[in-house]
Amino acid sequence: MQIHISNAIVSLFSFIGAVTLRLLGNLGAIAVFFSLAFVNIFRRKQFREIVNQIFYIGARSSLIVMLVGLFTGMVLGLQLFYTLVKFGSVGALGSAISLSLVREMGPVLTAIMIAARAGSGMAAEIGMLRISEQVDALYTMGVDPVRYLISPRIIASIISFPLLTAFFDLIGILGGYLTGVLLLGTNAGTYFYRVESSLSMVDIRGGFIKALIFGAIVSCICCFQGYFCHMRTDGYGARAVGLATVSAVVLSCVTILIADYVITSFLM
Amino acid sequence: MVMETPLIEFKNVTKRFGEKTVLDKVNLSIYGNRITTIIGKSGTGKSVLLKHIIGLLKPDEGTIIFQGKPVNKMKKSEWKVCRSQIAYLFQNNALLDSMTVLDNVAFPLRQTTNLNRKEIEKRALKRIEELELIEAIHKFPSELSGGMQKRVALARALVTDPKIVLFDEPTTGQDPIRKNMILSMITHYRRKLGFTAIMISHDIPDVFFISDRIIILWEGTVGFEGTYEEAVKLKLPMIDEFFRSLEGFQDELTGLLSREAFKVHYAAMLGGTATVAAVSAALFSVRLDLMHEALGPQAAVEVLRALGEYTNRRFNPIGGFSARHSRDEILTIFPHTSVDKARQLVADFAQELKHEAIDRIQSIAIAKIGAATSFDIYIRAGVAGVSSTDAVDQIIEKARAKQEIVATHRCGSGGNEQ
Repeated sequence: MQIHISNAIVSLFSFIGAVTLRLLGNLGAIAVFFSLAFVNIFRRKQFREIVNQIFYIGARSSLIVMLVGLFTGMVLGLQLFYTLVKFGSVGALGSAISLSLVREMGPVLTAIMIAARAGSGMAAEIGMLRISEQVDALYTMGVDPVRYLISPRIIASIISFPLLTAFFDLIGILGGYLTGVLLLGTNAGTYFYRVESSLSMVDIRGGFIKALIFGAIVSCICCFQGYFCHMRTDGYGARAVGLATVSAVVLSCVTILIADYVITSFLM
Repeated sequence: MVMETPLIEFKNVTKRFGEKTVLDKVNLSIYGNRITTIIGKSGTGKSVLLKHIIGLLKPDEGTIIFQGKPVNKMKKSEWKVCRSQIAYLFQNNALLDSMTVLDNVAFPLRQTTNLNRKEIEKRALKRIEELELIEAIHKFPSELSGGMQKRVALARALVTDPKIVLFDEPTTGQDPIRKNMILSMITHYRRKLGFTAIMISHDIPDVFFISDRIIILWEGTVGFEGTYEEAVKLKLPMIDEFFRSLEGFQDELTGLLSREAFKVHYAAMLGGTATVAAVSAALFSVRLDLMHEALGPQAAVEVLRALGEYTNRRFNPIGGFSARHSRDEILTIFPHTSVDKARQLVADFAQELKHEAIDRIQSIAIAKIGAATSFDIYIRAGVAGVSSTDAVDQIIEKARAKQEIVATHRCGSGGNEQ
């Protein structure tokens, strides 16, 4: 009986140890990967590819981000209106919507939406390039695959995320106006006055800092998953690409929420 | 004599994937300005070896020496310069599938040179034209056939005028005409651009005619390294097994060896024979003209097929080997056989043809084409001695000069023999 218990304890610790080592190894690999990609942003012949990626990650995501922003603002308008009515402070609707959007919901939801749309695309595309030996082909042609494939995506994300967050915030505030003012009858002047007076540059800057960091996190995780999909042990070929895409989106979303907490605790 | 320094050397290179050792203490030398062909059974590590040369894989043990300097001791910038001299043609082409043919071919120039747009396009188009791809210039790889994709990959590999080109099965998926075109193009460009070609190929014996050196990979190690002539002289079981596999390369029509395989067999026989005094040859030919006139070309095809089958059945057991050398001529070599003995063999064969084969030939022809018209079959044969200096064409000439009719068959609708 004692031998069984001690074996179980050893197994548990070895499992925890193995998971920790793998996690630390992956974190180290991602850090090196990001550093290499970041350094390569400033190499020659990058401009065209960066613009392409800004178009794909930024411009092509703007519609979906604005749509989500609009409905988030509208739902916030509804929910907060009925909550504030209970306390007789409907006039604070503009403040509540703008602050929650700019500080939290804008950066987080934008990052999650882009992770789902562009991040999954990055992981799948790079994964396909990897399994069809196109990444190796780039290397044999003297083209650094990290420079050509990863760096433009990372810098494009770092540029696009804050811009899309700004769109999200703006459309979200307008969404709150639609429900709070036009539908439920709050005073329009009060709504916009509250938005203007309660938002400070600190809030806006904090939101943008989050968006910048989320951009780097999402692009790095998604590119990393795609780039190393051939080294997965849980699947090969097209299945590995599928699994890499799933991991990219899930890890991005979880990391965004964890990072959000950490950044917020530093900013507050 | 000054010893030539190898361009690339493998010293005790070992590579493992998990438990499996793919390369096991491989030692080999690759010399500049030559075509070196690596042959070996599937899964013996040929592609792995090639990927070590360009640095896509790194050895677990051992050293790769590039132009006299170990790669693992080179600075990153030094290795980058070395690597820029190498181009690689992937087995599965590895074309960038989101780019058109033109963009694929121009890609290495766009990314690694400072040439202007016009010059890049000019150079890319030149290669594209040379590889007969001009009509596919704006197509994507997925819109092309396997053969065309291979040629695009070849154009991309050659567009930067590399000093070393690694070809991983360049003729896979090509029709025989294109296969010949690619192999001759490799030799042509090698001469023109002066690059060193390292090629993996299963196209035995075709590659022997363009290769300066052959490396046989066997069970993860180098089984043979040297020229083709050296290979055929050696009596190693492993090499024999390779050359025996040539028997698979048969003339589809007659079931005989292809001309290339015949030449390889012939060279191997001369290489392995101390004296060639006792080698003879017989040239069989069939008069097909009357048959053509009466029954059309298909009858001739059937007759040739049947004749090939009988030649094989009669002469293979005694060590002979045969191939069709023109439309209607079959050359058979009899090793260790004097001219007199060969004449006797041919006479016996003629008897067999008269009594058995020719009837069957007729029945095959009629059954296949449903014909009931009369036609004539003349089979001629000539026997000649073979000397060690004789080329195959010379043997044919000698035997043709001695040809006479050995079997005649005049068939009516009932197939009456005369």
